[in-house]
Amino acid sequence: MSDAETYVTADGRTIGPPIMEMRDITLKFGGVTAISNISFDIREGEIRAIIGPNGAGKSSMLNVINGFYHPQEGEIWFRGKKRKPMKPYQIAQQGIARTFQNIALFKGMSTLDNIMTGRFTHMKTNIFWQALWKGPAEREEVENREIVEKVIDFLEIQAIRKTPVGALPYGLQKRVELGRALAAQPKLLLLDEPMAGMNVEEKEDMSRFILDVNDEFGTTIALIEHDMGVVMDISDRVVVLDYGKKIGDGTPDEVINNQDVIDAYLGVSHD
Amino acid sequence: MFYREAGDYKKTYAEDNQTFPLKLDRYGYYVILAVAFGIVPLVINDYWASAVLIPFLIWSIAALGLNILVGYCGQLSLGTGGFMAVGAYSSYKLMTSFPDLNIFFIVLISGVITAAVGVVFGLPSLRIKGFYLAVATLAAQFFLVWLFNKVEWFYNYSASGQISAPTRTVAGFEVTGATASPEAKYLFCLVLAVLLAWFARNLTRGRIGRSWMAIRDMDIAAEIIGVNPLKTKLMAFAVSSFLIGVSGSLFFAVYLGAVEVGEAFGIQKSFLVLFMIIIGGLGSILGSFIGAAFLVLMPVLLKNIMVGQLGFPIDIAAHFELLIIGFLIMLTLVLEPHGIAQLWRVTKQKLRLWPFPH
Ligand SMILES: Nc1ncnc2c1ncn2[C@@H]1O[C@H](COP(=O)(O)OP(=O)(O)O)[C@@H](O)[C@H]1O
Ligand SMILES: [Mg+2]
Repeated sequence: MSDAETYVTADGRTIGPPIMEMRDITLKFGGVTAISNISFDIREGEIRAIIGPNGAGKSSMLNVINGFYHPQEGEIWFRGKKRKPMKPYQIAQQGIARTFQNIALFKGMSTLDNIMTGRFTHMKTNIFWQALWKGPAEREEVENREIVEKVIDFLEIQAIRKTPVGALPYGLQKRVELGRALAAQPKLLLLDEPMAGMNVEEKEDMSRFILDVNDEFGTTIALIEHDMGVVMDISDRVVVLDYGKKIGDGTPDEVINNQDVIDAYLGVSHD
Repeated sequence: MFYREAGDYKKTYAEDNQTFPLKLDRYGYYVILAVAFGIVPLVINDYWASAVLIPFLIWSIAALGLNILVGYCGQLSLGTGGFMAVGAYSSYKLMTSFPDLNIFFIVLISGVITAAVGVVFGLPSLRIKGFYLAVATLAAQFFLVWLFNKVEWFYNYSASGQISAPTRTVAGFEVTGATASPEAKYLFCLVLAVLLAWFARNLTRGRIGRSWMAIRDMDIAAEIIGVNPLKTKLMAFAVSSFLIGVSGSLFFAVYLGAVEVGEAFGIQKSFLVLFMIIIGGLGSILGSFIGAAFLVLMPVLLKNIMVGQLGFPIDIAAHFELLIIGFLIMLTLVLEPHGIAQLWRVTKQKLRLWPFPH
């Protein structure tokens, strides 16, 4: 099966076999079919874009992946195993992290604490050690703080370390949210419109961070993005959704020349 | 000029993370502890112990407990009085069933029992939030008071329906019972309050505290980083109820000595503790102490002024007292919704920059 093969990209990154496979997923909300019989996969080490007009079902797909929505039909395979229905926090423990379309930071906490919270699945000391603090709890805190400081350096947000996130401008909040997801050192990182509402400069920064995360840590990334320029620039493969159906899947070049995709984006009427 | 970080560099992450990052704060804290342990017991008298210091310490522990649940974890509760009653009646049953058990352990075990009860009443928090959860905890409040009234076993079938604390000692000093000295009672409460505040501070600054705050601030985001909402909320209920149970135990055994449940642990007590943490500061350990001090001291002060100095009749003074405290609560809420602790933080922040405000 050619799907299982490993290949090396033009810029020298190794793309492995699928880490996540969505098979014939159907998700309905009452009468609305948000996702209709969609299959696609995400390969290890790749940057996979999910695009499509508003209401196409992109966010719903991410919500299925991290367990907020449970599809009526279909199977989800993660790292070679069929996944049983699980709660979002259990899926997080398996190594899937994400950011939200609408920023979902912890408003009452500082940048540092927000990103430290991202380390939750890696921290284990029990409540009694935590209450005593000195000893295992403090040691664990310091070890994880070191990892978090690397994330802070990587995202160039040292200056806002102690700032309450509610006081930060929008672009920086998006960056902190990315930091919180990165701190988890996930195997699969899901980004829901990480560049929405950003200016050109901020988009360039964010694109660079996404590429660097993928390149330096080998993190597999699935992202939803509207800016076609960005998608063409950074993604290895693109899946296109429209009205809950998959209408295209392939490299950016293949997708952009696909007639169905062109129709959907030029607003050809549906019947 | 002196109150600042310059020259007070943090070389390690552990140092950066300590409770009092500034030297001056740290010394201030040591001075307060030294006075509380070394000087106050020498000068304390019955009036100061029973009107101010002991109630302050006991209510501080209750406020600490409620603050963990409401301020840190964002789960509103009106069951504080009921949970204090669980602590009190647990202590009574333990004291009368196991006369040789040290009072220190009795207080702690009462806290553990209250924690278990708190977890049971915390179960609905998975499904309901905010106002509706407050109503559910209100039901717990009424149920518990009813239970301790109705089931005679809890007060050993005494005709009066009251429970009263027998004499118990710590290291040879009586801390409960009619003949216990004010300094022994005060020191017993002080040790517990300081110890528990230190535990609470540690819990809130690490992994568990962050998971509470994550649930409070944005529960879906907490879930996607791996926080189990039910477990986290129940842990907050357990820790909170433990502290409230300890305070109820002390309130009964050390402070009042004899208790009738509806009178000592009614719904007014739930509101009293809630006001303490609102005034002192939600999500602040220091705020719990400030709030308790405020609501313990203010009535004493007002009473001394109105009855002692101005010669008001006692019942009129009591009404005025309520009015003034209500007004002060509104004033704090309007001026600084994060309580006096935040006011203090802001002042310190300004002091750090003084004399150049920019
Ligand atoms: N929780 C929900 N309840 C009902 N309908 C929903 C829910 N979430 C999404 N939908 C519907 O599913 C469709 C796809 O939405 P969404 O996945 O958010 O689209 P996209 O992210 O591609 O813009 C829309 O019609 C939306 O109204
Ligand atoms: Mg969306």
